[in-house]
Amino acid sequence: MAAEVLKDVVTETNQEVHAETAAQAEVHAGPHISIKGEEVFEVAGIHVTNSVITTSLVVILFIFIAKYYYDQSRKTDRGLGFYAINTAVKGIYDLFESVLHKKINIFFPLLGAFFFFILLNNWSGLIPGVGTLLLKSVHDGVEHTVPLFRGGTADLNTTLALALVSVIATQIYGLRMIGLKSHVGKYLNFSSPISAFMGILEVVQEFSRILSFSFRLYGNIFAGEVLLSIIPFLLPMLLSFVSTPMYFMEVFVGGVQALVFSMLTAVFISMAISEHH
Amino acid sequence: MEVETMKQLATALAIGLGAIGPGIAIGLIGGRALEALGRNPEAEGSIRTLMILGAAFAESIAIFALVIALIIKFT
Repeated sequence: MAAEVLKDVVTETNQEVHAETAAQAEVHAGPHISIKGEEVFEVAGIHVTNSVITTSLVVILFIFIAKYYYDQSRKTDRGLGFYAINTAVKGIYDLFESVLHKKINIFFPLLGAFFFFILLNNWSGLIPGVGTLLLKSVHDGVEHTVPLFRGGTADLNTTLALALVSVIATQIYGLRMIGLKSHVGKYLNFSSPISAFMGILEVVQEFSRILSFSFRLYGNIFAGEVLLSIIPFLLPMLLSFVSTPMYFMEVFVGGVQALVFSMLTAVFISMAISEHH
Repeated sequence: MEVETMKQLATALAIGLGAIGPGIAIGLIGGRALEALGRNPEAEGSIRTLMILGAAFAESIAIFALVIALIIKFT
């Protein structure tokens, strides 16, 4: 009898504790922040994360914009949209021309694709609904809510892939433009101990480029999303006064980071295709 | 000290110390850009572009610190 009462008391207090922690969790339930893309569904053993969904949509949008631009460029009377896109393309082209000079036409397809892909991906994370539309998903038997969309470049996998493309393309262009001997000569140079050591440093630099490229883009975009989702919890009263300027700053940062990524690639390519430095 | 306390402290220290260097760097970049602008006002466009690029590179170091801080905080 006494034992039963004790058991009841214990379970009651347990329940109270549970209720308390649940209430605490509700009070302290900040914004939903995850440092990596989360799995939404699985197709044939491939884990499809929310950033993959957003990136696919952005690529489809990109194809339509490119098709529109191409169709319009072959007409005589062109739409207003053509001139808006053309201004951006021309500005980027002129900027890269100041770095690469006469060889711009060889490299512009890669650099322009980098710029516009990263730009659209950065801005995709700022569309209302991206990151806030939640979906229930069952993972390892536990049910949790997962955002349906997540900005493409707010995932380290995307930026790492872009960085690898950039660094490997730089190597390939270097090999093709100045030949195997002088390209490898930048890394393996035994004419003096100092240049041998410098060659090792160059090799290390190539690998550190991959890291700095991917972390710079990922960090900027992800930090922007975290900032935008945390600000409402810091200043709930003046929400629109504080978060609207922050939103426009993130639009600006997205543009600058797209520019920085493609500009750095342009500078590294121009260094790789120059004979001696 | 508890693990949770240490985590909070580490988060604050990571971003706090990591912001010092880029802060100085961005100040220098802005100051030198203004100096250059005063000496050569016609080159405003290219100076502004280069300044924003330079500031973005300096800022990216602070962003590395921020990524570390967020990783400590949310994992």
